[in-house]
Amino acid sequence: MTFLSVQNISKSYPGVKALSDVSFSVEKGAVHGLMGENGAGKSTLIRVLSGDQNADGGAIYIDGVKQDYTSVRDAFDAGVIVIHQELQLVPELTVAENLWLGRYPSRAGVVDTKQLVASVSSRLEEIGIDLDPNAKVSSLSLGARQMVEIAKAVMMEARVIALDEPTSSLSSRESEILFDLIARLKAKGTVILYVSHRLEEIFHLCDSLTLLRDGRLAAHHPKIADVSREQIIAEMVGRELGNIWRWRGRTLGPTRLEVSGIYGSTLPQPSGFSVRQGEILGFFGLIGAGRSEMMRLIYGADKRHGGKVTIDGVDVLPDNPRASINAGLVLCPEDRKHDGIIQGRSIEENIAISSRRHISPFGLLQLRKEAALADRFIDRLKVRTPSRRQDIVNLSGGNQQKVILGRWLSEQGVKVLIVDEPTRGVDVGAKSEICDILYELAEGGMAIVVVSSELPEVMGISDRIIVMCEGRLAGEFTRDAFQESEILTLALPDKNAAKNP
Amino acid sequence: MNSLKKILLGDQGLVVIFAVAFAIVSLTVPNFLSERNILGLLQSVVTIGIVACTMMFCLASRDFDLSVGSTVAFTGMIAVIASNMTGSIILGLAIALASGALVGAVNGFVIACFRINALITTLATMQIVRGLALIVSDGRAVGINDPGFYQLALSRFLGIPTPIWVMGALFVVFGFLLNRTVFGKNTLAIGGNPEAARLAGVNVVSMRIWIFALQGLICAVAGIMLASRITSGQPNAATGLELSVISACVLGGVSLAGGRAAMTGVIVGVMIMGIAENVMNLLNIQAFYQYVVRGLILLGAVLLDNLRSSASRR
Repeated sequence: MTFLSVQNISKSYPGVKALSDVSFSVEKGAVHGLMGENGAGKSTLIRVLSGDQNADGGAIYIDGVKQDYTSVRDAFDAGVIVIHQELQLVPELTVAENLWLGRYPSRAGVVDTKQLVASVSSRLEEIGIDLDPNAKVSSLSLGARQMVEIAKAVMMEARVIALDEPTSSLSSRESEILFDLIARLKAKGTVILYVSHRLEEIFHLCDSLTLLRDGRLAAHHPKIADVSREQIIAEMVGRELGNIWRWRGRTLGPTRLEVSGIYGSTLPQPSGFSVRQGEILGFFGLIGAGRSEMMRLIYGADKRHGGKVTIDGVDVLPDNPRASINAGLVLCPEDRKHDGIIQGRSIEENIAISSRRHISPFGLLQLRKEAALADRFIDRLKVRTPSRRQDIVNLSGGNQQKVILGRWLSEQGVKVLIVDEPTRGVDVGAKSEICDILYELAEGGMAIVVVSSELPEVMGISDRIIVMCEGRLAGEFTRDAFQESEILTLALPDKNAAKNP
Repeated sequence: MNSLKKILLGDQGLVVIFAVAFAIVSLTVPNFLSERNILGLLQSVVTIGIVACTMMFCLASRDFDLSVGSTVAFTGMIAVIASNMTGSIILGLAIALASGALVGAVNGFVIACFRINALITTLATMQIVRGLALIVSDGRAVGINDPGFYQLALSRFLGIPTPIWVMGALFVVFGFLLNRTVFGKNTLAIGGNPEAARLAGVNVVSMRIWIFALQGLICAVAGIMLASRITSGQPNAATGLELSVISACVLGGVSLAGGRAAMTGVIVGVMIMGIAENVMNLLNIQAFYQYVVRGLILLGAVLLDNLRSSASRR
């Protein structure tokens, strides 16, 4: 009997069709897997289900009743609860307090602590979660905190619980406990939506499976026993590479960037690689694979504990972005909003922030030169803006990305350019433009590292690809050996790796 | 109606309001526009005005300095004591300026290198420095030996008292520093997004230390001027100055969230504070009410600022 039914859900953001016409259904008491590459629309679907985003079209039915909720609160009341990767708990409160948050049992405003704890411990026992109601959440492990979130959902009488990558930060033992809990919830008749990249888990847990690709339904499997691992990967990837990348060959020079044995607290496993003059090296991996952490270590954004970075044989000082820039190594960071743009300042200032030191004798600004510099790069990178004086926050993501690129192109003597997710949130036209710029730079002898979690993009523009998985370099492919399924297989954490977190 | 709204919520909204308020006050309050009163008004805002120059940089870089009042008192005291001891005013002033810069540099060092919240750090140094001022003076006012010291505040150039010239000069210098130098732009970038600024190659640590050192140095200038005007070093001088200065900056549109500051705004902010007080004095309004009015002006300015930023977001 169908319990949850999602019908023809569509959702657009400015310039992007995030979901179009997605439909699937889940039986009562089933665990339903939801898979897809990054950007396939999983998060959007989850957000629509949670009431956080309203769909443009389509409907959700629970137990045959059409749901028309428009907020997270309404979704709670309808019994749909999403447990996100970032947990929503108050660390300084106890387990019991967190579970009752917002609706403490009280008498004349005085919290009835006894009832609070008693009701929680009986409830935890009922669903088989072994936790002390009086423990502070901040003292719990990540796995235990996730249990608290699930217990919260159960206490709110959830009928549908969606788990977004629940095991991404759990040890294998914690994962086992989670799987047991999921089995018990299932026995109670709760529908579980399980989002994960890990095929092993999907096969182990799920009864049915939905695959998304480019915001569309790629496949719906009512019985997971009927499909193979290979088929799922093929369906997830299954697409022709468009020619928006327009890759063109280059002759490569000697080694430009050499990274050896680099590690830090964000990336404990020492790793190394090298890039040649004029080469575009792609770094592929799923979110959390450690690609950005690696780039931040190389650039000196995070503290390096060991290892060496050289450019044309010359050492680059660690932990100092300024020294890296002077050595000709620059980074366009992954998180544009947090690490890239200077909010509240103009496009002109965002471009000139670093390179202006070359045109400002004694630290005095040359306003005309700076304006000319900004105009030149706005023009060259086709930044769409009425004026260079426009506040950067008013630009679209793609245009912000171009401004950050302009910041580094206006620098002198850049030898190595690292771009982390260069086309995230960028429309197709701008993607091609950004790629063309990268080829042009590579032809000029620059060594370029492109980090991306979009496989078609990495395959489209790179001369060579390094795959990362769970903080390690998992493999390397030259352009003539690019194989989508092989690359993806290397990027997916396998069973053995999951056992050794 | 709409165009009025546009003007008030635009970049120059505060300047317009100030001009209108100034015109109304000039026409309605007797004696306001006399030369004597205007000079007196400017004299009365010298300390706030001078310190606001560097407080603007602190706020623009998303920091905060509560220790300015104490530093003004302490450096004024040092200037007087050092001049008396060495017999040389020049030497005394140099020592005072150096000690002010030192206090600021210590603030900056602690905040930038140990990443301690500026509010807490300067709350601590505010008390430490006030304590030092009391210790070196034994809690009493210290008289000036050399009458030449008085001339700093008493002398006039083209009929305008020296302290007003100093304040005006600092307005120009710091306006230039903010708008026309790499230092100023980096300050605003740090305030706009410190992490992005760091990754773009701005040396955030040394910038912070410089900004605070500058703040200390300028406090010393204000302290020297104040000591000269009150003809002594007073350990309890300039209490509560930090709040007036921050109020003036916020009035002038400097964002407490950092990244936004303008010298003209700060000048207008300082003037509004001065005029409000001056007018209340001229109208014989009891001093107790003045606190209430000052607070209301500040609230009004912040509300205006809020309206402005939500209007620009739309």
